[in-house]
Formats: sequence, C-alpha cells, structure tokens
Amino acid sequence: MSAQGVVLFHTTSAALRAEKVAAKGGLSAKLIPTPRHLSSDCGISLCFDWPDKEKLAQALEAAKVPTAGIYPFEGT
Amino acid sequence: MIYLDNAATSWPKPPEVIRAMADFLERCGGNPGRSGHRLSIEAGRAVYEARDAVAELFHVADPLRVIFTLNATHALNIAMCGLLRPGDRVITTGIEHNSVMRPLRALEREGVQLTVVPCRPDTTLDTAELARAAAPGTRLVVATHASNVTGALLPLLQISRIAHAAGALLLVDAAQTAGCVPLDVPALGVDLLAFSGHKSLLGPAGTGGLILGPDVDTGALQPLVRGGTGSRSEVQEQPEDLPDKFESGTPNGPGLAGLGAGVRYVLQRGVERIRGEEVAVTESLVHGLARIHGVTVHGPGDARERVGVVSFTVADMSVSEIGLRLDDEFGILSRVGLHCAPSAHRTLGTFPEGTVRFAPGLFTTRADIEAALRAVERIAQR
Repeated sequence: MSAQGVVLFHTTSAALRAEKVAAKGGLSAKLIPTPRHLSSDCGISLCFDWPDKEKLAQALEAAKVPTAGIYPFEGT
Repeated sequence: MIYLDNAATSWPKPPEVIRAMADFLERCGGNPGRSGHRLSIEAGRAVYEARDAVAELFHVADPLRVIFTLNATHALNIAMCGLLRPGDRVITTGIEHNSVMRPLRALEREGVQLTVVPCRPDTTLDTAELARAAAPGTRLVVATHASNVTGALLPLLQISRIAHAAGALLLVDAAQTAGCVPLDVPALGVDLLAFSGHKSLLGPAGTGGLILGPDVDTGALQPLVRGGTGSRSEVQEQPEDLPDKFESGTPNGPGLAGLGAGVRYVLQRGVERIRGEEVAVTESLVHGLARIHGVTVHGPGDARERVGVVSFTVADMSVSEIGLRLDDEFGILSRVGLHCAPSAHRTLGTFPEGTVRFAPGLFTTRADIEAALRAVERIAQR
C-alpha cells in the first residue's frame, strides 16, 4: 500500500465538494473522520494516495474548494 | 380533484422525490456534517448532492455559495436583515409579497430608508421609474421575478443594470420562477437569489435557499441565526466559512434529499421545455377565462410575460364564494383572497377583496384546464 495523505477542511460541504472534484479528476480518494491529532474541527476529511498530492491540490484549487491544509497521514 | 394551487405549493410531487426522502430516512439517517461515521457522511452527501443540483440549475459556479433555508421567506430575511443597516437606502417594487415587505417595513422602523417604486395597473414594472428612484449609493434593490398574484414577470436583466449603475446589489425573490423559468444567475446579474424548494422545484415544504453571487461580500452579510455548524467547534464565534455561516443547526436532511431529487427531475425534463409547456397552459387559461361573460382576468395579456399564475374576478360575486363553489361542486382547488401580497392587489385595484387564483403546475393537463374553465362558466352564470 502506498503512503496516504489527508486534506482537511473547515466545512463538511467543502469536503463533500472535494470528494466529487477528486472523482472527476480520476483520483482515488475517500472521506474519513478527521484524525484528531491533525485538527480539532469535527467532521470529515479526504484521504488520498500521497503520490497524487500535486494533482489533487491543483484540482481543488482550480475548483476553488477551500481547504485547511494537506498532510501526510499514517493509516486508518 | 383538480389541483390549481401550485403557486402556494406544488402537488403532486414526482415519485423520485418521495423515494429520495424515504431513502434518506431508511438508509442514511445520520446527522449531516456532525460526525465522521458512514451514516453521517451519507446524509451529508445527500444534502451536498442537492446543493450541487441547485448550483447547476442556476448556473452557479461554486455550490458552497448555495445556502439552504426553510423557505424563500427565510432566505429573503437573511439577505435583507443581514445586509441592511440604519441609514442604508433600499428600493423595492409595488407588487412585492409580504415576505419582502414585512422585513423591509421593520427595517424601515430601524432607520433603513425604503423607497417603493409603484408598478403599472397590470402589475408590470416601468423600469424608467425604477431608474429614477435608484440614486447612486443605494445599497440594495429587491424585486420579485414574477408576481405571485398575476404571474407578471419583471425584466431582471434591466433591473440588475439599473441596480448596479447605482452601486446597489440586486436581491431577487424567485419563489414563483425557480424551476419553471430559465434563471442564469450570473448572466442576469442577480447578486442574491431567494428560492422556494416546494413550488416549481417539486421538493417538500421546509426547503428553500439563498444564492450568494460572486460579488456579494459575505463578510458584510450577518447571519440571522448562529449556532452549531459541525465546523470550527473550538471557537465560540460564528465561522465565516460558506455555507456554514448561514446554516446553523441540524439541517432538514430528508427534505433536502427530496429537493435534490426534485431539482434533478426539473433538470432532466429541461427548464426551457417546462417553460414552453407553462406558456401554452397559461395562454389557454387566460384566453378561456377572458371569454367568459362577467370574468375579468388581471395582469398582463401576453402569456409570455407571465408565469402560470392567473388571477381573476367575476362581476358582483365574492371571491370566497367562487372558491368555495369551485371546491365543493367541482373539486377544483384554487386560492382566493390577497395571497399575502396586499400591494399587488392595491396596484390591480382588487384590494381588499382580492381575486381567485388559478396556478397550474407541471402535472396539470389540458383536460384539467378545460374542466376548470367549464366550472367558472357555470359559476359565473350563477
């Protein structure tokens, strides 16, 4: 299994929008409960394959999805 | 039974809407956006899908600028009460619903300067009158897209040009047009659009929304309600993030799932096609009523200048008697009275008695219209 990353968001709506943007860009990504050590926001984050980081970041920026940071993530 | 009260709420709803609501309750009963477990995510997804569908319908690039509300009234209140401060100038038209007039009259008492531009006797708007009233420095222009009494359409593109020339934002009440008249929000220059989910969008009651255009500084728009959003829980101040800033509290998940299905139904059928069918039905209704001796049809004569909302009166007959006989003797459901829009009735000269309103919908057939016309003819003969 390749390394994973996680995108944090301030709102659930942004996370759900990001999930659709990722899928549209052909990137494999999954919504997971936000890891507590990364943020105190409740809700969900987008888990993705770390090698896709640049592609995903660009796709989210192009779609103007506000994010709260992208971090490497070790396992669910 | 023939249901001609779609301007109040549409009925029946497509089976897809009912299925989506039942499915939400059966399958994704979690609280959208509050927890990270799968039922919460599924619920959030259903709400987000509705947001996405609404954004597509109104040509809004960013679905996060679609704010869900209880109804159009709630959306209009967020826009007007959130934006206007004492000393601000606001302009509206002479045919607005009380959902616009009551908040504006309350704001006027707090020091907001309100100008009401009268409409012509057929409830159409003379945009030259609006241009004269729109002094530079005006904060907001509020206009209905179509009268809920006569169905008269107001020229949004011209209104937005006048508003923007005065430096004002344009707030549109699209309760009667969302879903049955094409509405390209950015192309029309609409800054804020309030819509109802339970009319031509075919969703259930308890759904509606506010579109925030790209030129609206949402930092300057105060929320009506503050509270839990499931986001930024560490702070006790309301977050600025959209849509959360304006969506505190658990949303109407099943309702919004139904709204999403309703909007998808409308998109599949095509708003242009729906509008074409509506013009044809409205035309036969207006012409059929106008031919009946003693009947006066109010509002513009050309069906292309109105939505499927038709008001009429019968000489020397009370509207409540007509409404009751339509229901009792013919099973035809209409709405009589002032339709929460006293200023539109003053404009028409039908205040305080009001009118009988027929509002066909997406599922009204030609046979329904013919039956309604025969019934009015019988009643008009006494």
